[in-house]
Amino acid sequence: MPPVSRGVVHGWLRHDKKFPHVWCPGCGLGVLLGSLVRAMITLGLDKNNVALVAGIGCTGRLPVYVDVGSVHATHGRALTFATGVKLAKPELAVITVMGDGDATAIGGNHLIHAARRNMDLTAIIVNNQNYGMTGGQYSPTTPLGARASTATYGNIEPPLDISALCMAAGAGFVARSTVYHVTQLDDLLAQAISHRGFGVVEVLSPCHTNFGRQNKLGSQIDMMRAFKEQAVRVERWAKLDGARRAGRFPIGVLARRDEDTTYLEAYGAMVERAMAQGREGQS
Amino acid sequence: MSKQKPELLQGNEAIARGALAAGCRFFAGYPITPASEISEILGRRLPARGAAFIQMEDEIASLGACIGASLAGAKAMTATSGPGFSLMQENLGWACITETPLVLVNVMRAGPSTGMPTNPAQGDVQQARWGTHGDHPAIVLCPASVAQCFELTVRAFNLAERLRTPVIVLADEVVAHLREKVSLPAEDELEIIERRKPSVPPDWYVPFKTDGGLIPHLADLGDGYRYHVTGLVHDERGFPTRRPDEVEPFFRRLFGKIRRNFGELEQVLPMALDDAEVVLIAYGCTARAAQAAVRQARAAGMKLGLLQIVGLWPFPRRAVEKAVLGRRAVLVPELNMGQLSREVKRVAAGRARVVHHGRMDGQVITPDEILNRIREFF
Repeated sequence: MPPVSRGVVHGWLRHDKKFPHVWCPGCGLGVLLGSLVRAMITLGLDKNNVALVAGIGCTGRLPVYVDVGSVHATHGRALTFATGVKLAKPELAVITVMGDGDATAIGGNHLIHAARRNMDLTAIIVNNQNYGMTGGQYSPTTPLGARASTATYGNIEPPLDISALCMAAGAGFVARSTVYHVTQLDDLLAQAISHRGFGVVEVLSPCHTNFGRQNKLGSQIDMMRAFKEQAVRVERWAKLDGARRAGRFPIGVLARRDEDTTYLEAYGAMVERAMAQGREGQS
Repeated sequence: MSKQKPELLQGNEAIARGALAAGCRFFAGYPITPASEISEILGRRLPARGAAFIQMEDEIASLGACIGASLAGAKAMTATSGPGFSLMQENLGWACITETPLVLVNVMRAGPSTGMPTNPAQGDVQQARWGTHGDHPAIVLCPASVAQCFELTVRAFNLAERLRTPVIVLADEVVAHLREKVSLPAEDELEIIERRKPSVPPDWYVPFKTDGGLIPHLADLGDGYRYHVTGLVHDERGFPTRRPDEVEPFFRRLFGKIRRNFGELEQVLPMALDDAEVVLIAYGCTARAAQAAVRQARAAGMKLGLLQIVGLWPFPRRAVEKAVLGRRAVLVPELNMGQLSREVKRVAAGRARVVHHGRMDGQVITPDEILNRIREFF
């Protein structure tokens, strides 16, 4: 992809009143914000034809900075709001941005069903492995044994693999990256947004303020370095044996099914059948 | 107003028909008796109109989807019963603070939790007012007949669109499943209100600023007006604020737009009230029994009257005050432990004898039961 200039990105942000942002210095959400804007620009989207919907938490604050129609919904429900927007106005590119707690704990059910329907939405799930905004409590993605403000003795719950869940539930496009792998992230976001059905991008992002501090993972730079060392491109991952996979994770496009019927396609076909049956006048 | 030919319709069917007549283009719901027929009918009729219908994974999702659809410009509705209504409360609060128009039908059934599905009750009177969190106004309409199910659903959409707020249609199992012969008004004869959209260029649009009418103009997502909608208390531009000089006026406006329209929202139906010595105050299915009781009492020479409450919230305090003062007694029959009677007592403020007559066994209150009870006041 040709590089997107800073000036063009600048034009997609809400400078009036909204900056500086609320995130901690070194947080990955700023990187994601840039990545998302570049992806939308690269795809040639019109600012007027984008709806950005988020839930609650640090990630939930992202839409306010982007100069598109933006909705800061209730905790865990971004996908439900987005479903309504998309069905009412299918011509809009509807993109949701959620944190790991937002998308997989309180909103887990919605995630499963949006994936199962192959709803024509994009879900960007920022995984920082804890609840950052409320003070670093454990989330469904907190690693086993890790400390959190509600896991003083170490987390005893096995973590959820967000991408695996979305693949199993039927999402047509599933990818994973980190805020360290910015070029790849730009590309994966663009692919997910242009995917016809439900496109998911899991984005690993450091929360050095809470998760990093409680687990002695060092600074944001150290956490970024860990992403660099642990992430393995999915093409290489396939060739790694079990021992060499330990402590590492694959990044890239994990699943892609372009042939699947999307919800809107199925709905359109149903409308044609319903109209042909002429049932409009009957109750 | 011209009427269509008479039909035998069920309450839930009339609610669905009312929604279609009002221009509903989006329904999201989750099945629950005794509201399921509304979903079933709209699941047939909305796709046939090229409009959207979706059965979501739960009630929370259903109201969330309605909110999204409304922000994108569609008139949206969901329908549920008490337990589902409870699940919707957080999103209902979001719709209140963001002034998102939508219609929420709650067909009440008996008991907290699963209670007695699907026996009748009127136990969600206070939930409809205070179920969601924080301070907010509420508009709640109570149908007592199949014709009113239609009429009030249309009215609910009109109020939602005009006042930019969620509106609740609070029906009960009896009314929802009642079948009556009704002649609905022809669709082209109905007054259908559309939300006011901004006429200024997008650059001038201040999404939560009003022109003195207290109700800001609402742009649809995707119409070129790129604004922010948040459940956080927001300034006129829609961005979060905690400045006291912005927060306080925001809440005053939210309440003010309902207060300013109180005269229209106060909707009651008086029956034989002028010379009544004893007055009944009732709503929903209980109002039907009360109507019969009034007719029978009058035939027996007892001066009984009825104030049927149609617009339940904001509470029609002026009409209630007028109806209760100077009477020998006021009886409030309802299918709960006193959710409306306490409101009547509040308005009467000790100036009238207000007696609650409740029933909580999943059965309806009959006209005979009311007549037996009022004899003690004559």
